[in-house]
Amino acid sequence: MDVEILSRIQFAFTIAFHYIYPPLSIGLGLIMVIFESLYIRTGNKEYETLAKFWTRIFALTFGIGVATGIVMEFEFGTNWATYSRYVGDVFGSALAAEGIFAFALESGFLGVLLFGWNRVKPWVHLVATCGVFFGSMFSAVWIVIANSWQQTPAGYHIVGEGLMARAEITDFWAMVFNPSSMERLSHVWLGAFLSGAFLVLSVHAYYLIKGRYTEISKKAFKIALVVALVFSLGQLFTGHKSADGVAHNQPAKLAALEGHFEKEAPADMYIFGWVDKESESVTGLSIPGGLSFLLHQDFEAPVTGLNAFPEDERPSQVNAVFQFYHLMVAIGMALIALSLLGAFYWWRGILFDQKWLMGLFVFATLLPQIANQAGWFAAEMGRQPWVVYGLLKTSDALSKSVTANQVLFSLIMFFFIYLLLFVLFIYLLNKKIKHGPYDESEIEDHPNQQGMAEALTN
Amino acid sequence: MQTILGLDYPTLWFLVVGGLFSGYVILDGFDFGAGAWHLFFKKEESRRIALNAIGPVWDGNEVWLVIGGGALFAGFPLLYASMFSAMYIPFMLFLLFIIFRAVSIEFRSKEPMAWWRSAWDWAYSISSITLSLLLGIVLGNVLQGIEIGEDFTYQGGALFDFLNPYALMVGVTTLTLFMVHGAIYLLLKTEGRLYVKLIFLLKKGMIFFMVSFAITTLYTLLYIPHLSDTFSNHPAMFVIPLLAFLSIANIPRLAKKKKYNYAFLFSSLTMSFLLIMVAIELYPVLLLSTVDPVHNITIYNAAASQKSLGIMLLFSAIGTPLVIGYTIFVYRTFRGKVKLDETSY
Repeated sequence: MDVEILSRIQFAFTIAFHYIYPPLSIGLGLIMVIFESLYIRTGNKEYETLAKFWTRIFALTFGIGVATGIVMEFEFGTNWATYSRYVGDVFGSALAAEGIFAFALESGFLGVLLFGWNRVKPWVHLVATCGVFFGSMFSAVWIVIANSWQQTPAGYHIVGEGLMARAEITDFWAMVFNPSSMERLSHVWLGAFLSGAFLVLSVHAYYLIKGRYTEISKKAFKIALVVALVFSLGQLFTGHKSADGVAHNQPAKLAALEGHFEKEAPADMYIFGWVDKESESVTGLSIPGGLSFLLHQDFEAPVTGLNAFPEDERPSQVNAVFQFYHLMVAIGMALIALSLLGAFYWWRGILFDQKWLMGLFVFATLLPQIANQAGWFAAEMGRQPWVVYGLLKTSDALSKSVTANQVLFSLIMFFFIYLLLFVLFIYLLNKKIKHGPYDESEIEDHPNQQGMAEALTN
Repeated sequence: MQTILGLDYPTLWFLVVGGLFSGYVILDGFDFGAGAWHLFFKKEESRRIALNAIGPVWDGNEVWLVIGGGALFAGFPLLYASMFSAMYIPFMLFLLFIIFRAVSIEFRSKEPMAWWRSAWDWAYSISSITLSLLLGIVLGNVLQGIEIGEDFTYQGGALFDFLNPYALMVGVTTLTLFMVHGAIYLLLKTEGRLYVKLIFLLKKGMIFFMVSFAITTLYTLLYIPHLSDTFSNHPAMFVIPLLAFLSIANIPRLAKKKKYNYAFLFSSLTMSFLLIMVAIELYPVLLLSTVDPVHNITIYNAAASQKSLGIMLLFSAIGTPLVIGYTIFVYRTFRGKVKLDETSY
């Protein structure tokens, strides 16, 4: 295998692993803010217990997120040197803003969030929790802006020629509000809220099945269910906006998402299917003209197909892009169905009698995770062969001085160390869940090192 | 070119990056140093105290690495690209050990078996030692210059070219300085038998540091003349190495008087002065090419645009007080000697 494919595999592997954690941190942050606000409004101690319990699990995801984030930062320079040089000037201000505003906000308030329960007034603590939550949301802002700039560059000009060419920023706000950044950001945020909400649903459904911490778990489950319902429905809108944006800004990607080859023809929308690149056809179940209708509200409207682009300017892994995209959409629908089902039984007042539904919710925590990953794989593979759309090809973005053997070495290394890290994560998560939400004495008597110990799981 | 206080933007950003890296070295330096001593502590209780002394802060210390790396990427994209891809294997090893070290700290206390704890103690200490050496090796290679060729692309070997005698010397000096720094930190955090043992270890550590520092300095003066050019040309600059030597000499003096908080201040200052020396020697070059000086990466050919640097400088001016405030807050919260309880590592 050559340097390019090895570097792509390594980047995909390390970022996919990293991306398990930040969405959980953002999603759990929202849940913590809700629990804590309810505690302050109602004075009910149970909400405080819930807020503390989920803070401990948050600390775990946050820690691993930081450790695996360092790797991503380094990899820009080590594996994608030409890319770093090309985009550095544009990303610089976004990265600086993230480091200084988002990171400082997060880590500044993290101390109070974890150890401050008895040192500050409840409302001050809530401010800290909000600080960490908004900090993690801001991190997503800058990262998604940077990635969106790669999808739809704006606010720059190209300086220099050949290998030394690079993009320089001309308009900061045009870069920030590039054509795809806001719709993609909202889609990412909602995906993160869903991964947090479904983890909370899963753990409390597990307690309910086991008959442990029943009262407190019912409260937590209902709150998380509301979050899940609101945002799984909301994801329909952000998803649709994103698809519209892709159609407008990256027609080759859109064509790959639905396996649409013909240059200008009405396009179908597939429920599921299999793309055969050789015969340029898709086998599966489709709504004829569905994509045309979705984009133009007309079943006959033509949609630009893959054949409208030269072979070397369109994604080559059409089936993979298709499958990832459809997996994400299918899971999105499943999350809506599950949330509606839960809401229905709640309305009927028999939600917690449905053991089978609780069982489903225990495992449903994997669904938003898979959808988040699949969505990113579709977005990133659909952008190929470009790393910066229309400007820089992935094959040109590599480090010239790095050999295939070096990348193979690091790829194997990351495989083993991340395996270890994942085992650690599952082990500690399991331990905390088994331990249950009540941990008052430990936290209150020894607020300092216990809290940090929890935070340091990276 | 726009300037602030007579300094152009690339120079200002060079100072920002320098400040971030000194902050990082001072902070992660003591917890790497504490880790390097770890196997010298024989009793289980001592090891737990030593580990819990850095427990609440080591994670925050690593945040400085993230911000420093980001500042380098943002301000000097060309350097980031050339240096990180040139030193691919050393940087990958650095990532390996930094994660492995974190895993060791976490796993160690989760099971009570002696073999389990001993295995993670070894992993933790070896990671800390390797990370210190690697930081020094990278610095040594930056000081010497590496084989940067056409298009600012590295053309030398992947690993062994970096393990040259000078880089190894700087590596060992870095390790011993971190160990001195770490021992002083632990002295501030411990009492009883461990404290007495650390007094003895600090003495040994200082001797090793002085010897390796002297050899490295001598070697630098004799064989790497380009590193003293600036000082020969600008005698006023000589005040910096002078301050570095004075603050090094001050450490054993203060240690003898058991004024460890001042000793810690001076080991931190030592690191800053040594890095300022490095900065003066290099400026305006960031990475020297041993192939041809036209391939030198300087703050000017590597810098991001004026516009980009201007925005980042504005952000830093707003953000720096926040970051400093946070760091002071955390250290104040956890000041004093370590007390073990059932919730510790």
